[in-house]
Amino acid sequence: MVPPVRRKALHAVRSLFTPLLPDDYLELINPLWSTRELRGRIERIDAETPEAATVLIRPGFEWPGHRPGQYLRIGVVVDGIHHWRAYSLTSEPDRRDGCISITPKLVESGKVSPYFVRQARPGDVVRLGGVEGTFVLPEPAPRKLLFLSAGSGITPIMSMLRSLHRSDSLADAVHVHSAREAEGVIFAGLLGEIGDAHEGYHLHLRITGEEGRIGPADLDRLCPDWRERHAFLSGPAAMLDAMSERWERDADPELLHMERFQPVIGGEPGEGEGGRVRFAKSGVEASCDSGTPILVGGEEAGATLPFGCRMGICHTCVGRLCKGEVRDLRTGKVHGSEGEMIRTCVNAPEGPIEIAL
Amino acid sequence: MNAPTVEVESPLAHLSEGQLEELAREFDEIRDRTFADLGERDRRYIESMIAMQRRLAAMGRVLLLGARYRPAKIAGTAALSMSKILENMEIGHNVLHGQWDWMNDPQINSSTWDWDTASTAEAWKHSHNYVHHTFTNILGKDKDLGYEIMRIDPQQRWHPVYLAQPLYNLLLMAFFEWGVALHDLDFEAIRKGRKSKAQVKRELAGIREKAKSQVVKDYIAWPLLSGLAMAALDAGLEARSAGKRRGGLAGALRRALGGGRSSYRAAASANATANIVRNVWAYAIIFCGHFPDQTHTFKPEEVEDESRGGWYVRQLTGAANIEGGPLFHVASGNLGYQVEHHLFPDLPSTRYAEIAPQVKQVCERYGLPYNSGPFLQQLGMVQRTILRLAFPGGAPRPKPGPYRREDHPAL
Repeated sequence: MVPPVRRKALHAVRSLFTPLLPDDYLELINPLWSTRELRGRIERIDAETPEAATVLIRPGFEWPGHRPGQYLRIGVVVDGIHHWRAYSLTSEPDRRDGCISITPKLVESGKVSPYFVRQARPGDVVRLGGVEGTFVLPEPAPRKLLFLSAGSGITPIMSMLRSLHRSDSLADAVHVHSAREAEGVIFAGLLGEIGDAHEGYHLHLRITGEEGRIGPADLDRLCPDWRERHAFLSGPAAMLDAMSERWERDADPELLHMERFQPVIGGEPGEGEGGRVRFAKSGVEASCDSGTPILVGGEEAGATLPFGCRMGICHTCVGRLCKGEVRDLRTGKVHGSEGEMIRTCVNAPEGPIEIAL
Repeated sequence: MNAPTVEVESPLAHLSEGQLEELAREFDEIRDRTFADLGERDRRYIESMIAMQRRLAAMGRVLLLGARYRPAKIAGTAALSMSKILENMEIGHNVLHGQWDWMNDPQINSSTWDWDTASTAEAWKHSHNYVHHTFTNILGKDKDLGYEIMRIDPQQRWHPVYLAQPLYNLLLMAFFEWGVALHDLDFEAIRKGRKSKAQVKRELAGIREKAKSQVVKDYIAWPLLSGLAMAALDAGLEARSAGKRRGGLAGALRRALGGGRSSYRAAASANATANIVRNVWAYAIIFCGHFPDQTHTFKPEEVEDESRGGWYVRQLTGAANIEGGPLFHVASGNLGYQVEHHLFPDLPSTRYAEIAPQVKQVCERYGLPYNSGPFLQQLGMVQRTILRLAFPGGAPRPKPGPYRREDHPAL
């Protein structure tokens, strides 16, 4: 709580700048001084592989911090348009220089990763959204650990490893990491350094282009005591599905922690009936079949709608539901009551609806 | 009853249904093409415009701390007036239209923006974006046609109250933002019971809140700061020359307070001037948008079952442009391109000048007028109409014929 005297003083200062905030003037001097939204300045960009780069960012002073394994919503401007994406933080919490890092891998058809990997320059200012995610190292960190990662799935695990490395708690960790080709291994050098520093850290690197993919059956060979370890899995959905099945069957699923970034939502008609959507603000009407998110239907009908991650994690696209019900395309659950804030990117209408966008 | 004696021919009478359809397609194409081309340069423009306006405001406020010194007062008032004009017109009006929503920016967005004027953003978006821009120039439906208090078209029925219109025209000019804020309430809807008491109450509370923040900011807080700064300055000067002045400490304090009070007054009057300058300018630009002689008005029965093409023609002929240089267009929020703005209200204002030649081409091909004129001519026409229509009668002014490029060699 802000003490009353300070609140009054703040109020008095704000009255000088209404309808803006004092921050709107301060940011003319330094964009990071705005408390209206959290921002960060890109300090350095290091290529990890030809297709991935680590972007070091100095966040504004209101940076809330993160736990190893969490992801960050980050907003960048590409061709004048603001895009939000979620990236795992690859830095350990509380770095001495106060910076944070993400390590995007290039998606050729994407908007944001090409910006980070090819276009971004030190000095660029980005917007920082919330830090989220439940894929985190428990506190205190378990003694016996197993990390299973593939491709860019290594990013949240890198934050965990760095954190454990710094606090010297890598007493007994097995890390099985897969990459398609040897030159595509993100953090290859760093993983080597960590291995040199900690006798208890064992890395199995698998180049799947040559040796084939790792399956659940390989667990017993690579890590015979895998059942006793807290396991952290991050990678493509197929790998996670196969592995989690093994845990369900042969081990304690409580010990299994997974990072599963949502695949592209919608596209195919599924269960549910779809429906017509009326966008109250613009007056645009759209019809969505059962697999089409409200956002996509609206865009196709010509409405300008706020959008973000398009996978249900960033809450940029929310609109207030005025009428009707919606179906969550990720769970199939039908929900919605008047006044509820709906994420348009992961919900399809269930019958006619109206939304205040 | 003063029925109009001269009927103006509808500007779309000569167009067939098929031609109107074709015309709508052409305008849609201009819109789509321009929207598809929006990008970094547009974003840079609005961001630097906002930054410049804020720097100008800061400069004005700082200068006006010394408002008791004449040069500071003049320069400060000019900077603050200009910043308020830009804030309302090129920034506020256009952002609230959703012209910059395509950037997906959380801040520069019609749903989150607020502006320095008496109207709340919400009420304005309804009365302006929806009512005025949808029912443009339809008698009885477009509440901006005379703002429900003026007779601006001869087809409006005369009433003795209009005899006072030349007088309250001047008042509206000086206090335009307050007139607009009250106008947003939509008195007709209230009278006819189309608005719930709760909603009227909520809207009034909104205006009260806006009024309070403007009064506190421009007439209390900043003048007080100026007073305090100058009193402190005087006290400091007194202290340095201690012993040379009479009256001791009490006299010095009294003089410092006196100096503070006069600074307060000077700063408050400078802020009032800036608000009025902004009001007069906004009034002039906006009145020139729809009330010059060239513009057409429409009876509700004329626009029944209006097609998309018909809508475009109504927007085109219901508005009039103002000719001027680049600075004029920025200061008027690009509403000198009122025609383009009415065709495409949510297209970023930066693009109006660029598409104007394409709009003229369409006008030429379909035998439609392209209303335009120099600022003082347009403003003069508007004032003449206001004076004339204060009295009963009055005939519609002659309308320009189809646009022809060879008539405008300079354009």
